Amino acid sequence: MYDAAPFAAAAPRRLTVGVADGTGTGGWDWRASVAARVGTVAGAWEGTGVRARVAAPRRTPGRPRIRALRRGLVPLALVVLAVALLGCDAPMSTSEIEGSWNKEVWKPYWVIIWLAGIVFVAIMAATIVLSLMYRERPGREARQIHGNTKFEVVWTIIPVVIVLVMMVPTLDSLFKLDEEPPADALKVEVIGHQWWFEFRYPELDIVTANELHIPEGRVVDYALRSVDVIHSFWVPQLAGKVDMVPGRDNRMAFSALNARPEPYLGQCVEFCGTSHANMRFRVFVHTAEDFERWAREQAAPRVSSVSRTAEEAFLAAPCLGCHTVRGTNAAGIAGPNLTHVGSRTTIGSGMLENTPAELRRWIANSSAVKPGSKMPPMAQSAGGTLTDEQIDVIIGYLQSLK
Amino acid sequence: MATVAGTLAQPTHTGVWSWITTVDHKRIGVLYGVSGFSFFLWGGLLALLMRTQLAVPNGTVIESDRFSQLFTMHALTMIFLAIMPMGAGFFNYMIPLMIGARDVAFPRLNALSYWTFLGGASILSLSFFFEAPGGGWFNYAPLSERPYSDGSGIDFYVVGLLTLGLSSLMAALNFAVTIINLRAPGMTMMRMPVFVWMTFVISVLLILALPPLTVGLIQLLFDRQFGTHFFIATEGGDPLLWQHIFWVFGHPEVYILILPAMGIVSEVLPTFSRKPLFGYPAVVFSGIAIAVLSWVVWSHHMFTTGMGSVPRAVFAVNTMIIGVPTGIKVFNWLATLYGGSIRFTTAMYFAVAFIATFTIGGISGVMHASPPVDSQHQDTYFVVAHLHYVLFGGAIMGIFAGIYYWFPKMTGRFLSEALGRWHFWLLFIGMNMTFFPMHFLGIAGMPRRIYTYDDGLDWGFWNMFATIGSYVIAVSLLIFLVNFFRSVRQEPTAEANPWNAPTLEWGTSSPPPEHDFDAIYTVRARDPLWYDRDHGIAPPEVTGEHIHMPPPSYYPILIAIGITLLGVGALSHLAVSALGGVIAYYGVWGWALEPTD
Amino acid sequence: MAHAPAVAHGGGHTTSTGTENRKLLMWIFLGSECLFFGSLIATYLVFKHQVIERGIGPFPVDVTIDGVSHHGILDIPLTSTSTFVLLMSSVTMVLAVYGAQHARMKMMKLGLLATMVLGLTFLGFQVYEFRTFGHEGLNLTTNLFGATFFVLTGFHGTHVGVGVLYLGSMLAASFRRNGLGRDTGAHVEIAGLYWHFVDIVWIVIFTVLYLIP
Repeated sequence: MYDAAPFAAAAPRRLTVGVADGTGTGGWDWRASVAARVGTVAGAWEGTGVRARVAAPRRTPGRPRIRALRRGLVPLALVVLAVALLGCDAPMSTSEIEGSWNKEVWKPYWVIIWLAGIVFVAIMAATIVLSLMYRERPGREARQIHGNTKFEVVWTIIPVVIVLVMMVPTLDSLFKLDEEPPADALKVEVIGHQWWFEFRYPELDIVTANELHIPEGRVVDYALRSVDVIHSFWVPQLAGKVDMVPGRDNRMAFSALNARPEPYLGQCVEFCGTSHANMRFRVFVHTAEDFERWAREQAAPRVSSVSRTAEEAFLAAPCLGCHTVRGTNAAGIAGPNLTHVGSRTTIGSGMLENTPAELRRWIANSSAVKPGSKMPPMAQSAGGTLTDEQIDVIIGYLQSLK
Repeated sequence: MATVAGTLAQPTHTGVWSWITTVDHKRIGVLYGVSGFSFFLWGGLLALLMRTQLAVPNGTVIESDRFSQLFTMHALTMIFLAIMPMGAGFFNYMIPLMIGARDVAFPRLNALSYWTFLGGASILSLSFFFEAPGGGWFNYAPLSERPYSDGSGIDFYVVGLLTLGLSSLMAALNFAVTIINLRAPGMTMMRMPVFVWMTFVISVLLILALPPLTVGLIQLLFDRQFGTHFFIATEGGDPLLWQHIFWVFGHPEVYILILPAMGIVSEVLPTFSRKPLFGYPAVVFSGIAIAVLSWVVWSHHMFTTGMGSVPRAVFAVNTMIIGVPTGIKVFNWLATLYGGSIRFTTAMYFAVAFIATFTIGGISGVMHASPPVDSQHQDTYFVVAHLHYVLFGGAIMGIFAGIYYWFPKMTGRFLSEALGRWHFWLLFIGMNMTFFPMHFLGIAGMPRRIYTYDDGLDWGFWNMFATIGSYVIAVSLLIFLVNFFRSVRQEPTAEANPWNAPTLEWGTSSPPPEHDFDAIYTVRARDPLWYDRDHGIAPPEVTGEHIHMPPPSYYPILIAIGITLLGVGALSHLAVSALGGVIAYYGVWGWALEPTD
Repeated sequence: MAHAPAVAHGGGHTTSTGTENRKLLMWIFLGSECLFFGSLIATYLVFKHQVIERGIGPFPVDVTIDGVSHHGILDIPLTSTSTFVLLMSSVTMVLAVYGAQHARMKMMKLGLLATMVLGLTFLGFQVYEFRTFGHEGLNLTTNLFGATFFVLTGFHGTHVGVGVLYLGSMLAASFRRNGLGRDTGAHVEIAGLYWHFVDIVWIVIFTVLYLIP
């Protein structure tokens, strides 16, 4: 669990070293805490079989280098290293390159980070050095210089050159990102609702919500729309964001590089009202065969093995006003399509795990879980019309919709 | 407040009524400064609440809608009610003194600007008692439209900003005319102090940037109150039109916030380095270049809205080019230190820290000028870090440099240097603790404007770190308040020019008399007091002639009450607006006929 | 006013540029107004074609949508007349300024009065036009032509109205014992700047809205 107190006392420099060494030997509690946390993260990912996630050589400098820095007392550099270790491993880190778009982003990004780093170090050093060198001292007279044209020209040219160096890769990758997707790209419509994502596959006849499934390596051509306010579609590890603006048809195209069992995390990133923070989604990247199988299952009407009495109970409840279950007369469109809701891992746009207990919380009174939720409370105890028994039956029904 | 303010300006008149009716630019400057600083503390309190909520994952201190109101009001308060008026406080107090004048061009208009500001600020702030706006300071449509924001919050936003815009417009017109027309003999444009130049530049920016905002606000008002559909896509409107209008205003506004601080720093650095500003023309012209370029970069706030490749490329290039004049400024400030004999007063600490922290904000700004990079930065904490390095590391650092620098001029007293050091170092450490980790959070994928985040995203550590930093800032501000209140109670000891500074405001007593200068200076060089000192030129002789000063007037506050009621009427009942209109018209009538001789 | 320079009340006489403070203020203010009307006109242009594409009338000009022809709502002859009236008011304003600057008070007062009457006539035309449009089914909420048209011309009309109030107050004040005081010429000239500006803006609006198809 998250333990705030020990971190409070952390000094950035020692912290970094502790993390870099990965040993957390002695002294502060926080070192053990951080090391343990890094270990947990690493362990968790090893368990999932994800490739080379923690130990990517680019981000983990060798030990002798760290020691040199420790001796060299460059605290700023250590803070930057802390980012590399604490920031880059985050599940939503933008610096994890897992999609073709993000790969393109990092081409100019690296150039710019290097330039920014050089300018940063140069200006900080100049500020500190000049401040220390020219402190007032007995006998020192300030030199009355008004300016120097040669210098002005030089330091006009320096930023011009820096800007030019930034522009070239920027424009290159900007136009590459906007290239037309290939004709065989998988078409997906992403539709923003307050506060959930709807995903439609027009060619495959699939409608789902909050969990996007795509095949590895194939370009997906996204059409981004919104039915209410402006939202934004963002899966940091795969791609940058593009807004979903009502009245507009925004497009973006990219492929996911690697299939993996763990989902990539996405989130709405344009402020869209009360539950903006809770508008999350997941992206599952499958191998081509796995994706085919998933698509076949999803394209079918609701599974035939459901209990007919449970279905009747569901259809008698208010649910069908907003939700669709294909193959029944539930055809509402205000809420997520529930035809295969049992196959999803989460509910409430990624807020809750898809378990009977969480479904109960959600159905009983969704806005207690997710502020502003447009789904009215269903349980009688919360002002709705359904008894606990009725909700139980509906939960069973929904869980069976694989 | 009255007693503090009273000490500040050494008035010949005293009492509340004398403050209400004052048209003295120094007193109006004090009113702006004290109000602005109070709102700064208030806005900071809102930020502390947000940081407290975000300290740990799944925080439960503040619920969602209240959090939206907090970040909206924090931004509006800091931008319109704190930084702008604190800047205005310095313009009001210092510009006439720095150009060797006895007042601004329109003293009563000056008072009207202040009271209208107070009216607009009250409308905006008192919204907390009804429903505070919660759509962000950028207030994107269609979230701001009736179907999605039915309460009165957005109306408070519209009316508050319209009122504040009117106030800023009047102040900007006044200062543009003052700087063009009231300079002392010999003070050519290229002899004006950089702070005066920057004030002139932002006056022009305000004059040109406020009308688009006004139009956008009026269109939003019509959408909400009269059923038009300017920004509603389902009825044919265009939500992106609002974004274009808002950022056409919004980007110049960013420079409106930062340029005064750049001006202040350009005064403080030479004074304490004991040498002239390096490359004065370059600093002035790069300031102008920044202002001009600010008109052709607004769409970089909209890189992710689905604009075509070519517009994004053009706006990216324009935005990067702004890095050039900004870089020139930074280099010239550094060169001002070179070869100096630097006296490290607290003001100088803030000025030098400004160079460092502002540069960080500048660098990150150029980073997301690249649209591909911006597609990962936009609406994440990286942008929060960037804008706070510009506005806190830039504007606020500059303003504190100004406070420590000009405090003796304004009050005749010194702020304690010892407490000043504590204030500086805690603020500097606190702000870097708060805002630097936000870069990491942004790269780690934390979106802006979220009231909660899940455990397991690895955002907890740096959020806690940033929250601790924000409390360090709060402690540093408490130290400043102690310093301030201790100092205003001391006996005045400051002579006319305690820092041995070069500009004209130091050529009169501290604090200055009501008429500013006993005799008007003739300016012979860019740093007039140093030139006169080095060439053995005595201060101008006092001729003992009658100096006419404009009499106090209560019409400005009367008109401001009328304008405020006009706005309040739009929020409540049209009869209130009608009453406001009548009061304002009566005030203008009385104003026009009031003798000023 | 023989004393010290840089005495800074409304009528400060010694200025760095030689231009009187209040006149300079008005010029800069009008620069700001250019952007105000510019933004409103830009909004109109943004939505101009969209209104026809969307196909919900009434439309500004004659259009045929899906074989059905719709009559344009703008009445150019009528508005040309009101435009002429407003143009004439600029002539009478010039006369008023001339009178004020050459101490011909009667001429000034008549000029101001005539300008006000012509301005009010223009407003009358506008009210008539708005009412006619209302009867033909165009209001703020009908479509974006309605919204942009009424907001743009309405704010121009408000400016004319404020101008009438401005001139009227000045006319009323000129009947006081010492009239408009020492600076009569400057006062009326500055009011004239405002009036001419409002007039010019109308020419632009008239061209953009009515004349360019």
